[in-house]
Amino acid sequence: MSETLMPEIPEENLAVVRRPVAHDSARLHVRGAATYIDDIREPAGTLHIAPGLSPIARGRILSLDLDAVRKAPGVVAVLTAADIPGKNDVAPTFDDEPLIADKDVMFRGQLVFAVVARTRDEARRAVPLAKFETEEQTPAITIEQAAARGEIVLPDYDFGRGDTPAALASAPKSLKGRLMIGGQEHFYLEGQAAFAVPGEAGDMLVHTSTQDPTEVQHICARVLGCPDSFIVAETRRMGGGFGGKESQAAQVAAVAALGAHVTGHPCKFRLDRDDDFVMTGKRHDFRADWSVGFDAEGVLTAYDVQLDANCGCSADLSPGVVDRAMFHAANAYYAPSVAIRTRRLRTDIASNTAFRGFGGPQGMLAIERVMDAIAHETGRDPLDVRKANLLRPDGDLTPYGMKVTETDTLPALLDKLERTSDYRARRAEIEAHNAIDPIVRRGIALTPVMFGISFTLVQLNQAGALVHVYQDGSIHLNHGGTEMGQGLFTKVAQVVAEEFGVPLEWVRITATNTAKVPNTSPTAASSGSDLNGMAARIAAGAIRGRMAEVAGAMWDIAPAEVTFREGRVFGGNESVSFKDLAKRCRIARVQLSEAGFYKTPHLDWDRNKKTGRPFLYFAFGASCSEVAIDTLTGETKVLRVDILHDVGKSLNPALDMGQIEGGFAQGMGWLTTEELVHDEKGRLLTHAPSTYKIPVASDVPRDLRVDLFTNASREDTIHRSKAVGEPPLMLGISVFSAIIDALHGLAPGVHVSLDAPATPERVLMAADAMRAARKC
Amino acid sequence: MQASAPMDGTRGEIRFRFRGREVALSGFSPRLTLLDWLRTEAGATGTKEGCNEGDCGACTVVLARRIGETTSFAPVNSCILLLGQIDGAELITVEDLAQGADLHPVQEALVTHHGSQCGFCTPGIVMSLFAQHESAPDRLDASAVEDQLAGNLCRCTGYRPIIDAALAAHDVAPLGLWQGLADQGGDVFVGDATRFFAAPGNLASLGALYEAHPDATLVSGATDVGLWITKGLQDIQKVIWLGRVAGLDAVEDCGETLRIGAGATHAALLPVLAAVHPDLGEVMRRFGSKQVRASGTIGGNIANGSPIGDLAPCLIALGATLVLQKRETIRVVPLEDFFIAYRKQDRQLGEFVRAVIVPKLKDGQAFRAYKVSKRIDEDISAVLAAFRFDIAQGRIGAARIAYGGMAGTPARARNAEGFIIGARLEDEATWKGAMSALALDFQPLTDQRASAQYRSLVARNLLKKALIEMRGADVSTTRVAPPREGAYV
Repeated sequence: MSETLMPEIPEENLAVVRRPVAHDSARLHVRGAATYIDDIREPAGTLHIAPGLSPIARGRILSLDLDAVRKAPGVVAVLTAADIPGKNDVAPTFDDEPLIADKDVMFRGQLVFAVVARTRDEARRAVPLAKFETEEQTPAITIEQAAARGEIVLPDYDFGRGDTPAALASAPKSLKGRLMIGGQEHFYLEGQAAFAVPGEAGDMLVHTSTQDPTEVQHICARVLGCPDSFIVAETRRMGGGFGGKESQAAQVAAVAALGAHVTGHPCKFRLDRDDDFVMTGKRHDFRADWSVGFDAEGVLTAYDVQLDANCGCSADLSPGVVDRAMFHAANAYYAPSVAIRTRRLRTDIASNTAFRGFGGPQGMLAIERVMDAIAHETGRDPLDVRKANLLRPDGDLTPYGMKVTETDTLPALLDKLERTSDYRARRAEIEAHNAIDPIVRRGIALTPVMFGISFTLVQLNQAGALVHVYQDGSIHLNHGGTEMGQGLFTKVAQVVAEEFGVPLEWVRITATNTAKVPNTSPTAASSGSDLNGMAARIAAGAIRGRMAEVAGAMWDIAPAEVTFREGRVFGGNESVSFKDLAKRCRIARVQLSEAGFYKTPHLDWDRNKKTGRPFLYFAFGASCSEVAIDTLTGETKVLRVDILHDVGKSLNPALDMGQIEGGFAQGMGWLTTEELVHDEKGRLLTHAPSTYKIPVASDVPRDLRVDLFTNASREDTIHRSKAVGEPPLMLGISVFSAIIDALHGLAPGVHVSLDAPATPERVLMAADAMRAARKC
Repeated sequence: MQASAPMDGTRGEIRFRFRGREVALSGFSPRLTLLDWLRTEAGATGTKEGCNEGDCGACTVVLARRIGETTSFAPVNSCILLLGQIDGAELITVEDLAQGADLHPVQEALVTHHGSQCGFCTPGIVMSLFAQHESAPDRLDASAVEDQLAGNLCRCTGYRPIIDAALAAHDVAPLGLWQGLADQGGDVFVGDATRFFAAPGNLASLGALYEAHPDATLVSGATDVGLWITKGLQDIQKVIWLGRVAGLDAVEDCGETLRIGAGATHAALLPVLAAVHPDLGEVMRRFGSKQVRASGTIGGNIANGSPIGDLAPCLIALGATLVLQKRETIRVVPLEDFFIAYRKQDRQLGEFVRAVIVPKLKDGQAFRAYKVSKRIDEDISAVLAAFRFDIAQGRIGAARIAYGGMAGTPARARNAEGFIIGARLEDEATWKGAMSALALDFQPLTDQRASAQYRSLVARNLLKKALIEMRGADVSTTRVAPPREGAYV
C-alpha cells in the first residue's frame, strides 16, 4: 500500500544509498579491533591522570594539603587551578564553570585537583591522601529546594498564544496537576576519556571521545592560553555519547592537555565509572505544573504549563535544553490558547547537560500525561483523545508560532499503527483480563512523537566535509560529524560512494579532526547525517563535476552527459574506470580534493521576538506498548511493543532500525528503571551500574514489532531522508502511559498520580492510592 | 611445613593457556586484576573496561577448563577477577575467536544482524555468546539468550538484533577449537610471606595456610573482593584463593538434605536448588549474571554477610545450617545465627566456611521465594522474601519466614512466624495478624533502592502473595515474571 499522501517525489535511482549495509566498524567491533581512546598505543613516557573531587556540594575549600599526594609512589605532578596558564573555564557559553575548582565549590564531585602519575593505579591510589578543610553550606539538590532558594542559571523564558488564564477559566472542563520527571544518566559504555600528546612549540594533539571536537579544541586552547590553531582534536569513534559527550567531554580533554602541558609527557585521563557518574551532568529532571481546558470530547481549548528545570550548578547547555522542552511541550497537538513557561533553576549538583532529545522528552511527557488525564476525565479512549487534538490544517500553529505544513503524516501513521498493532481488540481483551481484578493487571497505550529537526540555535546548522580522490581511485572522506555508534560515518560514506558511483569499500572513512574540517558543530540534535551528508555530497559532487569535465573533454561530449556508476565512468559509447579517470585528472592538473560546506535553509527563529521557524521539518513516530503490573509489588513488565517511525526515505534502513529500537529502549529505561538518587548532602547514591539500572536484554519485550514509515521528506534533505537520532527515544513514553492505563483500571475515572520514572515503588504507591480512591 | 614459605611441590607460579601457548607467571601483585593484566601488561586492548565492578560485562572473557572429557566455558568479568584465578584454565579473549579473516559464527552473526553500534560493549557480548555457543546447548531460545546476556549492558541497540544474532549463530556448529586446560593439581603460592597470591589445592593445605596467615583475605569468586580493590582501592597483600581446593565445591545429595560445599558456584547451584523448588531456580537465575554466577560461590556469598544476599534468606527459610572449619575442627550453626549484625558474622579467626546443609522440602511443606528489585534481571534486591510453611488441611503449622533487605542482616521474621501458625489458607482474615507482625520484626532503612515504607509494604504483600499462591492461584496471574520451565539447567 502506498503511504504517499503529498506531492509524489520521484524516487532516485540509487546503488549504495538506501541499502541496509552494516556499520562500517562492525567487523572491527566484534574482533575487539576498533580503537577507543584507551586502546591507542601509548608512546613511552605516557602518564596517567586521576581526579581529586570535592567532598562537599556547596561551600569553600579552606585548605587543601596535597603533600602526601605528591610524595605517593609514582606521582609526577598534581594539577590545581594554579597550574592553568590560560583561563580556568570550560563552560560552553557563559563563563561559569571552572576546569578545576579554586576556592568555591559548586557540587560534590567537582574536580579540585588531578594527580598525574606513571600508572593509572598509582594516580588513583594517591588521590585519597589529600587532606581537605572545608566550610560546608547547605546545598540545594532538588527542584523544590532550588525553587525555594530562588537561584537560577539563566532568566525565565516563556512563549505562547492567547489569553490562557481566561481560556482556562472559561473552558467547559479543566484539570490541573503536577508531574515530577526524573533525570537520566547517559551510561555510554565507554566512559569519558582523552589522551593528549604534546608536540613542538606548544602544539597539542588531543585524542578525545567527544561529540564536539571543535569545542574540545576551543576549550583546550582557552585553558592553555594558546590560539586554537595550536590544538588539534581528533575523534575516531566514541563508545556511545547520547549527548553526554557534547559539552562535557571538554573538561576531561582539557585536564589531559593541561597535564601534558605541565609535564611535557603524553597524558591520558580516563574516568573510572563511579567518577564519571559523579563528575558529569545528566538529563535534566523537571517539574511540570499544568492546567488544561477542554471540551466534552476532550479537545483542548487551553494549555498552560510551568516547566521548572534542574540545571545543576552552571548553565552548560541548559538554555537550549529547556528551550527544546518548550518547543515540544505541546508535542503533536494543537492548543488554541497556550502558555509555556520555564524556570532554569540552579542546584548544587553536576551541571545537567544534553541527553538524546535535549529537553524535548520532558516537555513531551508532560502533555502526554495530560492527554491521559483528559481521557480519564471524559471517559474517552486515550488514543481517541490524542487523535482529536492533533495538529490539523485548521489548527496548524505550534505554541511558538511555526506553521506546520506536514499535518497529514502523523494521522496516517497513527491510523496504520492502530491497525497493525490491533490496538482496539487488544484493549478490549485487556479490559476483560482486568475485569476480575487480578493481582497482575495489564494496560496499553499508543502515543505519538513529533520532533523538530534542526539546532534551535540557528548558527549551529552548518557543516563541512573534506573529500579527496587519490590517483588510484580510492577516496578519503572526512567531515565534521562524529561517530558514536549511530552509523553516521557509514551513511555519509554511502552518500559519497553514490555520488562517485563507486563501491562503498572505495570510500575510506577517517577520524573527525579539527585540522581537516574546522569550525564544526557538535554531532547533536539528530542533525549528523542531514548536515554532514549534505556537506560531503557537495564536496564529492564538485570533484565529480571536474572529473566529468575531464571525461567530457576526452570524449568530446558535454560533462552533463557523463555518468558515474559501478566504479566506472560512462559517456556516449565510451567508458573508463574511475581509477583511470582519477589518474588522468592528476595529469591534466585538475583538483581532486574539495571542501564542502552546507547550511540548512529556511531557518529564522528569533528567540527574543519569539517568532520564526526553528525547524526545517519534523520527524514523526508512534509506539503502542502493552504492560503488566504487579499490584502487590509494583513490578512491571513490558509485554509487547509496536513501533512505526518516520525516517523519510531512509539512507540506510538497518541503521535507522537500530536507532529506533535503541532509542525506544533508552526512553523506556528513562521512564521505568533508571532512577537517580542524591542524598541531602548532594552525594549521588546511584553512581554505578550496581545502583543505576539501565535496561538489560530481558527488559526489552520479546514481542517487538518495528516498522519504518518511509514517505519522502518534503524538504530537500539528503536523498529525502529524515533525521532519526533523537526522536525514537520518545517512543518510550507509550510504556509510561501504558502503566498509567493499567493503574487507571483500578479506579476508573480517578486521576492517576504517577511520577517518572515508574519504579516498582512508585507504581505500588500509585496502585495503593487508586485502590484507596476506589473505596471512597 | 613452614608457615611463611611454599612447601615442597608447591608451584611458585600460575599456569594457564593463552593465545595457544602455556603461560607461567610469577611476580605479579596479588591484587592485580585480570583485566588490568590484559590491557596494561599483555597489550591486549580488545577487552574493555566499562564499569570496573562486574556489572556491565564489557570486560567479559571466557575461561575454558577441561574436566574429564568435557570442556566448560565460563564467561567471567575480568575487571574483578584476580589474575591468579585463571590458574589452570585456558584464557580466551575476543581477539582469539576469528581464524584469520574468518569470523567466529557469533561474530559473523552480530555483523549480519547489526548487533553492534558504538561497539564498546561488543567484545563482552561476543564472549558471552561465544561461551554459550561453544557449550552447544541442544536448543536455544530467546529467554536463554537473555539470561546469557543479563550481565552485558548495551546502551545502543535495544538488544533485539543481538538476540537475533545469537539465535542465528546457534544454527552453526561450535568450532570446537578450544579444549581448555586441566588443573595441574598441587598448591600454588606466588610471592613471599608478606605479600602473596596462594591457591591451595586441598583442605589440609588451606587449613595450614590460613592458620599461618589468619590476616589473609579468603577469596572465593572475588565478585565482591574484586570491588574492594577496584573501587575501595584496598591494598590487599595476602590472598588465599579457594577455587582450587579439592572437594570444596562438592554437592552431595544426602536424601533429605543437600550438602553443598562452600566452593560450589552459583552456576553449579542453580539447577540443584531449582530441583528443590522452582522459585529457588528463579531467584538463582536472577542472582547477578552468568558472569557473576560463574565466579561467585555459596560460601563466599554467605561469608561475605551482605544484608541482602539473595541466597541467605532462601536458605534460612529452608532451615539450612552452616558448617565452619578451622584446621580439623568443625562447628555447625544454624544459618540465621551466623549473621550477627550488619557485615558482622560469627566466624572466628582462622575459620572458613566449609559447607551448607540444606534440608529439602518434605511432603506437606509449601515454599515460596520472591525477589523484588528495580530491574528484574541483574539487580540487587530491595526486598527478598522466602517462606516455608507446613500445611495440613489448609491450616499452617510450623513456619519459617526469612527476609533480605529488611534489616542489617538476612533474618527470620519471628513475630510473623508466630502469628501465621494456625492461619487458614481459605480465610484471608487469619493472615492479617502475621502481616501486621512484620512491622514488629523489621524496621527497614531507606536507601537508593527503596524507601523504608515501600520495603515494609512489599514485605507484607509478599507474605500475602505467598498465601494466595499456596491457596492455588496460578503464578501467571500473580507474577509479572513467573518461573520458567527449562530455564534453570
